[in-house]
Amino acid sequence: MSNAYLAKSLPDSSDQYPPPMTNEQALVREERKEHASMLLLLAPALVMVVVLLIMPLCWLAFQSVQTEDGFSLANYLRIFQESIYWDTFALTFKISFLVTILSIVMGFPIAYAASRLHGFWANLVLICVILPFWTSVLVRSYAWLVLLQRRGLVNQTLMDLGIIDQPLNLMHNTTGTVIGTLHVMLPFMVLPLYSVMKKIPQDLMQASESLGAKPFYTFRRVFLPMAAPGIMAGSILVFVICLGFFITPELLGGGRTILVSMLVQRNVELYHAWGAASAVGLVLLFVVFLIFWGINRFIPIERILGAR
Amino acid sequence: MNLLANLRHLRLSRVLFTLLVAAILLYLIIPVLIVVPMSFSEARFLQFPPKQWSFHWYEAFFNSVEWMSAAKVSLITAFFTMVISLPIGMAAAYAINNSSLKVVRTLQIVLLLPMMVPIILIAAGVFFVYARVGLISTMTGLVLAHIMLALPYVIIALLAGLRNFDMSQEMVARSLGMNRFRAFMAVTLPQIKPSVVSATLFAFITSLDETVVALFISGGDNQTLTKRMFTALRDEIDPTIAAISSILILASLILVVIAGRNKQG
Repeated sequence: MSNAYLAKSLPDSSDQYPPPMTNEQALVREERKEHASMLLLLAPALVMVVVLLIMPLCWLAFQSVQTEDGFSLANYLRIFQESIYWDTFALTFKISFLVTILSIVMGFPIAYAASRLHGFWANLVLICVILPFWTSVLVRSYAWLVLLQRRGLVNQTLMDLGIIDQPLNLMHNTTGTVIGTLHVMLPFMVLPLYSVMKKIPQDLMQASESLGAKPFYTFRRVFLPMAAPGIMAGSILVFVICLGFFITPELLGGGRTILVSMLVQRNVELYHAWGAASAVGLVLLFVVFLIFWGINRFIPIERILGAR
Repeated sequence: MNLLANLRHLRLSRVLFTLLVAAILLYLIIPVLIVVPMSFSEARFLQFPPKQWSFHWYEAFFNSVEWMSAAKVSLITAFFTMVISLPIGMAAAYAINNSSLKVVRTLQIVLLLPMMVPIILIAAGVFFVYARVGLISTMTGLVLAHIMLALPYVIIALLAGLRNFDMSQEMVARSLGMNRFRAFMAVTLPQIKPSVVSATLFAFITSLDETVVALFISGGDNQTLTKRMFTALRDEIDPTIAAISSILILASLILVVIAGRNKQG
């Protein structure tokens, strides 16, 4: 603001005392103009995010502490006092944690294979990761509904193989939620892991082994430390997306496995309880920001998100 | 002896590792592949493999007024989201790449917020605002919300291209008398084309795929395909969804191919 004012006021003063414009002054002026035009270019995008995201969030924050009697923290206290709220948060964290661990365990071999293979085989592995990644989450949830139902392919195969006698209850419960959610999250783990592993030179492993290290020692002391940033980026991404995930848990949980996101949705759409919905949502947001803020010291946020 | 045992051990662990990788890959790909044969099944109930084949569910999709209108709404929304978010995102990415201002780094994080804030909260917030300004169930509202959601993806894709581009080329064009916009269009843009293509794909896909916000704010004649699919899946599993899903999988396959070629080219 003050810059614009200054720039405007300059010509006036120059009418009276035409100042000799030094090279330095001209450069400063040019730099200011440059800064202003860059901010102007950023403006449309910023307006979109401020008006449609930041302002609504402030609004929700206001709603969460506003009751008929004026300011109140009742909506937040309820989260700690009523077991349904507390249990929902606990379950959400438990499922997110489980899915993150499982996606490390399952994502690591896939990423490793993709980074060490060449040509057709490497492409085959990557396509098996990328095709589901680009396929709508709704489509994949539908597929899991078909696969996991009582007479579905999974139960049928297990019974044909004689592993089980009775069909298992694989959906409309936490098992279904975890299977479906893991399927959505796995690519988010594999892709950052793959891009890190691809850059690890093979020579280092050979050097380690030529110096007498056993394969496992080489893996643990040479490969793993270099793959660690990828594991970290993938884990943060998976955990954070899991915390707020809605579609798959809603469809595969069948209304029995209630997560935080569903608590927000039900409070808004069924009960029109904006205060409760806002409080729950903002606690979730606070946790997510805390995680991002904590990890930002080790890996810049842009790097983590850029992995998408 | 020792060597032989070692070798056998190595081969066994290799076989086990290959089997493990194959199993995980099957877990990833089967749900995507299984939908296609399902969609050609005659049966009303979900069964695999189908006993009789037919185009029944494709006919049901293409002959249904509701499904067709939902598909149209989704495609139009995705198109406008793509067309509008690209220039807005390009301006922002250009500024982030070229500005030396410290505040720009902070603003960059602000622009990434739509990716970080849980989508359910974004949906609730947008719903809250739209209810007050009368944008619920409108195409305008839907497009605006989707532009906001697509911006971070567009900006990240474009930044990747700009960071690998030598800006002094644009400077040369400007020093030879082109104005900045023309220099950008003539010199920079053609050279960052791959990142523009992926930004375009991201914007389109983000909008086409978006479900949660649409669930809250779209309705009436302006329901998106995703909203209709979600409600259909929650209430009762209609096999028409298998047909729609197969079409969507084909679309994502095409996009993967385009994206793959784009990376090479």
